[in-house]
Amino acid sequence: MMGQTLAQKLLARAAGRTSVVPGEIVTCRVDLAMMHDSGGPRRVKPMLEKLGAKVWDPARVVVVTDHYVPAHDADSRRIVQIARDWVNEAGVTRFHDMEGICHVVVPQKGYLQPGMFAVGGDSHSCTGGAFGAYMFGVGATEMLGVLVTGEIWVRVPQTIRMQWHGRLGAGVSAKDMMLRMCTQFGMDGGQYQAVEYAGEAVAALPMQERMTLSNMTAELGAQVGLVAPDATTRDWLLAAGVAPERIDIEPWQSDADAACLAVHDFDASALAPQVSRPHTPADADDVDVFGQVGIDVAYIGACTGAKLDDLRMAAEVLRGRRVARGTRLLVAPASAADQQRAAQEGTLAVLTDAGAELLPNACGACAGYGEHRFGEDSVVISATARNFKGRMGAASSQVYLGSPYTVAASAIAGRIADPREVLA
Amino acid sequence: MSAQANRFTGRAWVFGDDINTDLLAPGAYMKFGIDEIARHCMEAVDASFAANVRPGDVVFGGRNFGAGSSREQAVEVLRHLGVAAVVAPSFAGLFYRNGFNLGLPLLTCPALPAVAPGAEVGCDIDTAQVFIAGGAPLQCEPIFPHLVAMIRDGGLVPHLARKIAAGQLTVNEEVQ
Repeated sequence: MMGQTLAQKLLARAAGRTSVVPGEIVTCRVDLAMMHDSGGPRRVKPMLEKLGAKVWDPARVVVVTDHYVPAHDADSRRIVQIARDWVNEAGVTRFHDMEGICHVVVPQKGYLQPGMFAVGGDSHSCTGGAFGAYMFGVGATEMLGVLVTGEIWVRVPQTIRMQWHGRLGAGVSAKDMMLRMCTQFGMDGGQYQAVEYAGEAVAALPMQERMTLSNMTAELGAQVGLVAPDATTRDWLLAAGVAPERIDIEPWQSDADAACLAVHDFDASALAPQVSRPHTPADADDVDVFGQVGIDVAYIGACTGAKLDDLRMAAEVLRGRRVARGTRLLVAPASAADQQRAAQEGTLAVLTDAGAELLPNACGACAGYGEHRFGEDSVVISATARNFKGRMGAASSQVYLGSPYTVAASAIAGRIADPREVLA
Repeated sequence: MSAQANRFTGRAWVFGDDINTDLLAPGAYMKFGIDEIARHCMEAVDASFAANVRPGDVVFGGRNFGAGSSREQAVEVLRHLGVAAVVAPSFAGLFYRNGFNLGLPLLTCPALPAVAPGAEVGCDIDTAQVFIAGGAPLQCEPIFPHLVAMIRDGGLVPHLARKIAAGQLTVNEEVQ
């Protein structure tokens, strides 16, 4: 038998098969179903009632409030309250209210392990792929189907292998790798297949940087973005409280002779910090092209750009420095746990001493659902994933994307700036 | 009315590449019900669309239609406004699943020719054909049979309801 990719092995297990073939449609048993306040209970509760159905297995369901918290008006309060009431009705005990963004909270709670098959009611659910789990985003109606049946159909994808050779230079991060790949292949470059990130540079990345790769697989247009688990994965999960016997590494690797749709090779050491122009992540260039772009706001937030490792990158740049006069640096740590760790180790103080304003542990301006939206004509550089026109603020606002390093360096300079000049 | 004329259900609305979910269902209105979100559908691209689109009209998009969020309101607004189908050279994968789950047919036509805005149009899900007045039927990629079956029922919820009623699916609670 021909070798299987990691994606095939994960789907074969979930479908109860010994192997699966790209292109075939399989029905998979769901190990974990994650929802947030916007696409979750608010949407699925009426459908469940219409069908007279109950959740197939409440122990496999996780609900996180992150989009409409903290509630700032009657509508958002109502939406969040539906989630709080529904978890009680449905018997869902894995409920995390205002503890941070779902994609970051779920692994931190130890809910994800290599080999799992999981769905999430959010496009960035592919973040789970960093742990060697087949996890992807679905809409609320599809989630309803999962809640009723415990199953979902998948067309077995081919795999696009992204091989990053060498090591990233100082001041360059996973975010830069993703902006480069999105630009090279386009937002549909993933063709809704599986992407697997591999090579020396990926192996060297800490867990939360791998999460950034998998997270922005959504912007690359693939269904999943996988990183094969290794000792880094194991250590991180053990620290998150996962029992050692639940962490399998060896079965969840692509076979050397597995056929791929494409293999792309990159030299990590040659990658410069990347910045994407408004209004698409797939329009990035080296940071030095942007030297004259003045900014009003530098935003470090979201599941993509405000995890503990992201805050550490920003602190590396900001240590002992001040945000430029006339520029605001906004920081919304991705989870309460990350914020607490950042506070304990002094990272948070570095940010606030530099003049950063702290925002709640929620999706905030990235989702653009709440009160924190950017005003008319404001120019922003953001560590988030998506800079679609009008998403994070007024249609006239101009949002550039960069890594936490680049956003921090730009905050100091008051214009888009190369973090390597600060770190040198 | 001739058989040919019956194929046409409405007019064509034509958009470019990368029509994303924030354009279809803008985030600032996501806290509201579908009628309010629908009023703002595509307003950043074409402010006349939501007010003027009529039941039976067909949306023609460019590459990667529906990129971005999992928010299925991006599909639901089009259904709410009466859009009969979306035709595009390619769809974002998540949007594609959402479309069929909510009963909105999506037709993939890799070599989609230029369509005149306002042209009389229609489509046939079974044959995956699009009809444009004055031209030959446009053959699109076939739709997976299980998705055709689902859309025949009107989407995933009525599809599940039918299966439950037929005893083909057990739910964890007695059906009332």
